[in-house]
Amino acid sequence: MDMKEIIKPENLVYKRTPLMTDATLSYCPGCGHGTAHRLIMEVVEEMGIQSDTIGVAPVGCSVIAYDFMDVDFTQAAHGRAPAVATGIKRLWPDKYVFTYQGDGDLAAIGTAETIHACNRGENITIFFVNNGIYGMTGGQMAPTTLEGMKSSTSPYGRDSKTMGPPIKITEMIAQLPGVHYVTRQAVHKPGPVRKTKKAIRRALEVQRDKKGISFVEIVSNCNSGWKMTPVDSNIWMEENMFAFYPMGDIKVDGELVK
Amino acid sequence: MKELALMKGNEAIAEAAIRAGVDGYFGYPITPQSEVMEYLMLQKPEERTGMVVLQAESEIASINMVYGAAGTGKKAMTSSSSPGISLMAEGISYIAGAELPCLIVNIVRGGPGLGTIQPSQADYFQATKGGGHGDYRLIVLAPASVQEMADYVDLAFDLAFKYRNPAMILSDGLIGQMMEKVELPEQKERVSEFDQTWVTTGKTDDRERNIITSLNLDPDLQYEHNLKLQEKYRRMKEDVMFEKIKCDDADFLLVAYGSSARICQKVVDMARSRGKRIGLLRPQTLYPFPTDEIARLARRVKGMMAVELSAGQMVEDVKLAVNGKVPVYHYGMLGGKIHSPEDVMNALEEKYMGGF
Repeated sequence: MDMKEIIKPENLVYKRTPLMTDATLSYCPGCGHGTAHRLIMEVVEEMGIQSDTIGVAPVGCSVIAYDFMDVDFTQAAHGRAPAVATGIKRLWPDKYVFTYQGDGDLAAIGTAETIHACNRGENITIFFVNNGIYGMTGGQMAPTTLEGMKSSTSPYGRDSKTMGPPIKITEMIAQLPGVHYVTRQAVHKPGPVRKTKKAIRRALEVQRDKKGISFVEIVSNCNSGWKMTPVDSNIWMEENMFAFYPMGDIKVDGELVK
Repeated sequence: MKELALMKGNEAIAEAAIRAGVDGYFGYPITPQSEVMEYLMLQKPEERTGMVVLQAESEIASINMVYGAAGTGKKAMTSSSSPGISLMAEGISYIAGAELPCLIVNIVRGGPGLGTIQPSQADYFQATKGGGHGDYRLIVLAPASVQEMADYVDLAFDLAFKYRNPAMILSDGLIGQMMEKVELPEQKERVSEFDQTWVTTGKTDDRERNIITSLNLDPDLQYEHNLKLQEKYRRMKEDVMFEKIKCDDADFLLVAYGSSARICQKVVDMARSRGKRIGLLRPQTLYPFPTDEIARLARRVKGMMAVELSAGQMVEDVKLAVNGKVPVYHYGMLGGKIHSPEDVMNALEEKYMGGF
């Protein structure tokens, strides 16, 4: 068998995602952002909606998400992505509008925008990457930092008595009537990656059908911020993050699961 | 056929917005400008023109909705009053940095802090010198009547799209709340005639993706961007607007805008009835400021007095324009109180025009 016989479409097992640009990812090796970007772009490509898709980038590690995803993008101020997405979507109700936000952006400084966009049932999709830390600014405590977890602003571990406990904003917004689909996934192993891709597809289909907010939380590691190797950080994430932020659907078809 | 109405300044802004073909209004209630959104909601503009009106959860959200909408090339606006505009400062800075056209209406009240709900002109610095972080400018229009409240909406969008820059209508509680006869503008189509090549409405095969951002991590790129912005701000001079009232033979000038200019018109008449040749220069654009005209007039008057409902803000720009050629004075009223024509006249006579 020579090369020509091997390189045939039917033998294809892996290819680059056409809607990811050639720019080198700015994320640390081992980080989950790149996989999350790629999955969103794969779904946008498979649904054939690139020409109708507008992304809203946050402030944080993914502030230049627009360098990597080949769709129109607006970069929002810290926490304001759901408001920016609302402005776009209200005037272009037939376009696909998504925000891509981290935990500090979505669950601390942007809490009001998150809750009210969800409460209004804006027909947008929110991708929420939760790694329990402020990665971009160098590993400070986030709203989702676990109890006892060390960060540069909680160097002796998060003390809920003085710093407040970690916030489960995903469960909070799931209570709101305007929210149609809420799920929590991860991207650190092939199995979770496949599930996340299905969740992204479902979320964008909810938006297509104009049913309200679709919200996909992706629990991710931050090996740099957590001061661990990528492999150790994934193990730590499974043992600690997943215990507090359990995987799976939280709200489907407008109904809370369980 | 002229369509006349008797309405509040705030209502005139709202009606003019519908007629200017505005696509989206995003706002949050605050006195003394709440009539803008109230009027819009009553009018059902969604049915009249397809215009979207949305009450946001805060001024922070409103301005960011405007930012998102403006990035898609649509005509987007908000309105608020002083404390609300302070909350919007971050968003306005982003909009200026990303070079998006939009309209922000500030119906100014007295400050600082929660201040008072009564009229003031104490947000001049905030409006004309930037207001948020970074080197940027807004196009600032200063209406002095309900008619100008209506007329400046369309004008503001024309200038905003011409320069791809946020524009502000800087009015105050007096003009916002008072009722006057107004000739309503014609209904415009809700379509933009401006360049739409930069908008984020979805990347099609015939173009690269469009990105709306104010971020340049590379300082060389940010430097170039700042230079480009400054060049744009300088170019805005060609759209400076002002009204000269009895300036031709004047030997002393009042400089005032908005509600203060209305009061000063009366002062000019009072002074002239006493044989004093007083004129009034009324800037209609505060940025660009009529610097050249004031410099020209400074060559042939004995002095000028800026009259403002503030402790003295625009007077600094008047002094910069006059550049020491003649004395420049200030008369101001603070805290939401409004000076009477007599107050200004007394200030003129007692303090600055010794020969009266």
